[in-house]
Amino acid sequence: MITTPLAGYLLVAALLFAIGLAGALTRRNAILVLIGIELMLNAANLNLIAFWRYGPHPEALTGMMFAIFSIAVAAAEAAVGLGLVIAIHRHAHTTDLDEINRMKG
Amino acid sequence: MIQEAAAAFAPQITASAITGILWLIPAFPIVASGIIAVLKQPRRRASAALAIGSLACSLLLALAAMGHVLAGRFNGFAVRETVNFTWIQVGAAQVELGWVLDPLSAVMLVMVCFVGLLIFIYSTGYMAHDENFTRFFCFLSLFAGAMLGVVISNSLLLLFMSWELVGLTSYLLIGFWYQKPSAAAAAKKAFLTTRVGDVFFLLGMVWLFAQTGTLLFYNAGKGSIEPLRLALLLVTPSHLGMTAATGIALLIFAGAVGKSGQLPLHVWLPDAMEGPTPVSALIHAATMVAAGVYLVARVYPLMQAGVQVSQSGEVIGSTTALTVVTWVGASTALFAALIAVAQNDIKRILAYSTVSQLGYMMAGLGVGGVAVGMFHLITHAFFKALLFMGAGSVIHGCHEEQDIRHMGNLKIEMPFTFLTYLAGMLALSGVPIFAGFWSKDAILESTHTWDVSRAPFYMLVFGAFLTAFYMMRQVSYVFFGNWRGHGEAHESPSVMLLPLMVLAFFAIFLGFLGTPFWPWFRAFLDGHPAEFGLGAFKEPGLLALMGTSSLVVLLGLGIGWRLYGNKSVRADDADVLEIRFPTLWTLFENKFYIDELYGVTVIAFYAWWARVADWMDRRVWGGIVTGVSWLARVGAQASSLFDTDWINGGFDKSCEELANGGGLMAGVQNGRVQIYLRLLALAVVVLAAILIWSSRG
Amino acid sequence: MGFPFWILAALTVAGALAAVLLRNLVHCALALTVAFAGLALLFLNLDAQFAGFAQILVYIGAVAILVVFAILLTRSTETPKDGGVFSRTWFVGLVISAGAFAVLGWALLQSQPGLSLGPATAPAATVQQIGTALMGRYVLALEIVALLLTAALIGAVIVARHEREGTKEG
Repeated sequence: MITTPLAGYLLVAALLFAIGLAGALTRRNAILVLIGIELMLNAANLNLIAFWRYGPHPEALTGMMFAIFSIAVAAAEAAVGLGLVIAIHRHAHTTDLDEINRMKG
Repeated sequence: MIQEAAAAFAPQITASAITGILWLIPAFPIVASGIIAVLKQPRRRASAALAIGSLACSLLLALAAMGHVLAGRFNGFAVRETVNFTWIQVGAAQVELGWVLDPLSAVMLVMVCFVGLLIFIYSTGYMAHDENFTRFFCFLSLFAGAMLGVVISNSLLLLFMSWELVGLTSYLLIGFWYQKPSAAAAAKKAFLTTRVGDVFFLLGMVWLFAQTGTLLFYNAGKGSIEPLRLALLLVTPSHLGMTAATGIALLIFAGAVGKSGQLPLHVWLPDAMEGPTPVSALIHAATMVAAGVYLVARVYPLMQAGVQVSQSGEVIGSTTALTVVTWVGASTALFAALIAVAQNDIKRILAYSTVSQLGYMMAGLGVGGVAVGMFHLITHAFFKALLFMGAGSVIHGCHEEQDIRHMGNLKIEMPFTFLTYLAGMLALSGVPIFAGFWSKDAILESTHTWDVSRAPFYMLVFGAFLTAFYMMRQVSYVFFGNWRGHGEAHESPSVMLLPLMVLAFFAIFLGFLGTPFWPWFRAFLDGHPAEFGLGAFKEPGLLALMGTSSLVVLLGLGIGWRLYGNKSVRADDADVLEIRFPTLWTLFENKFYIDELYGVTVIAFYAWWARVADWMDRRVWGGIVTGVSWLARVGAQASSLFDTDWINGGFDKSCEELANGGGLMAGVQNGRVQIYLRLLALAVVVLAAILIWSSRG
Repeated sequence: MGFPFWILAALTVAGALAAVLLRNLVHCALALTVAFAGLALLFLNLDAQFAGFAQILVYIGAVAILVVFAILLTRSTETPKDGGVFSRTWFVGLVISAGAFAVLGWALLQSQPGLSLGPATAPAATVQQIGTALMGRYVLALEIVALLLTAALIGAVIVARHEREGTKEG
């Protein structure tokens, strides 16, 4: 079924994405949700790099650059996200998303 | 409606230096707003100086642009210069943005900058004691920038983006005193109501892009409202027997209806008076609400597409789109004037008057072309800003009192405010010589000769009578009679009075730019030379029409003075009209119960829909798991307790669930982030599936 | 499609699975590190050395450490007393993510014939080239990212720091 190298990488990325999504959607702990989101971002990065490597114009470096910027943005996202988790924990004394339901209007 | 195509100047398209830097005009206030946003609250002087300075720079540039357009006129060509660039390129499709300098945008630029600058100066006095002074100027600057962006846009998309930004700042400024629940509610109402129109606008824009492949207005013959593409739109049929041109024009007009407070989306504008008075003057009288009128003027070729032109160049009949514009405008003009008669809040009277005057502009656009509607827009901007700022001065002087029944005899304490207000009031009423007379008369004249129906003419004439009447009523209540307020009224500081005087000057004299004997303004916008001559008065019916309209106005003023003028009344006395026509009065006072009507229809529907969503949420999202476990439990106990558990328990359970679901209105918004996340993911998955499915093969 | 790829792929997926499935959060963070490392090696395998090392530096060096800190600061090491570590309605989430995987896999199968594009030899992507590109064509993006990181840094500090009694800040 997997006949080209690119397809293999894409399959791995898809698996990672699905695992990350499942983590984000099913775990009760907010930190684990963030971990899931990080995994999804990484899956996207893997796609970018794989497409860059096997795409028609690897010399343009576009996919690679995109992945590098994406890593930087993900770092910012992780810092702010975890900061928020800590703030919520201080406020509600829990990181359990089933118990945090203050987000209504 | 005479189209002198032969005599018109040849359009000139190449861009000049001033057009190249036209983007700086909106950029100055936006940058200033960004800087003010990071200033600390106590830096009041710096923030006001930044806002005023940046807008002054914009005004200088706008004047330079105006000068360029005028120079072009002297040299015998109509300036229409554009700068376009590609914003996004996706495959063969590209989204282009750009700006345009032509007489229409030049006039608007100067008006917005000038009126805006005066209102900025006035605000430094009006908001002097507000602790959120810097925030106010930040929003005000952002608004000015966004509005200027609307004006210079040569692309429907850029116009839409600025348009939405204008809507956002309007929301922020109406809700500026967000501690007041009524202000917060008014802000929300304004945002949501205009959003209804904007959705149609967006649909029209997407449709236009799908049909023509470009959103640029002018692009050397390839723009979406230039003859080539219009011809294409005219032959494309669509639903209900309309051409695509008509459909798109109507959708875009719906956006203008929302922004300009036309029927039936006018409900937000009177409530928007909860904002600070300079905001009412700038946004909800002079500029933003005029953006809808400007939009219609900007896409006028689209609105007018397919109209029949006789051999002598006269327009015969009207297009569907323009007919709709006229009827909506005329109905709004009359309807809002009726309501204004029975209001007691000084700003609300002016607000309904604004709605009514916007109706005049729309009707003017519908029957008379760009110049007629735009001329009233410009004069109205000056005198209505003057009236609002005068009202602000009155409110300021009467210790934040807004009810005209609690004022009176202010002509003694506030002479400058009184005189300037009088100038604005006479201009709005349309007393001869004043600016409003000429512009309103041009509209009346066009409706008089409209081929389709005579009814709008009579509606507008009656509206003019009402306008004179309610303005006289207001002025009598506020400036004449006996003092019914508490404390002592005082005149406002000179920083507030100076802008009033400047505006009063224009309210009196601006009309001479577009009189029948020297129709310079129309010639300027249409791009052909203006001729001075008293010959226009010999045109049959013109003098009679002017006489009639003057008579109607004087009648309105006279009756108003007769009923209200210089009388001693108590604040809790019933209105004179209320005693004579109690039923009609109640109807007008309650604004024809439009808000109540929306309450039992649209809002009730949404509440019902929210209950449905809530029920879905409980049964589908939260309920799947409970349902599964419940089934399993039932299955396990089925052998022994089939009857009791299945029939009774099941029935009870569903009844209970139904009762819970119906009782609460929380919707899907149950506060769980993870539920939101799941819905989001589900939507993305479905969307991706649809995309892949549709791109197969 | 060599042998190393399959080992690395298995390592990464296993790490990711462990990261979302384990009960103890510290173990999850460690498993996450393994997944990140596997990804970095996959990047190297794709001849994207710079991205690979950036991955190691940023994710293993910073993000994983941050996660561990967050876990310790919020005392989330002990598993909740009532029920499991999964949400009460975990089933729905699982169905949705399975759907996501199905759609992705479907897209992959749909596009199989067109996937054999590009050169088989490694393209040159030296650090010098990347640096030139960052300072040239992508300089605006680089500046914006720098700004974003600064803002995120300040924002994270402000959000996470203790609010002192009686003062209204942040």
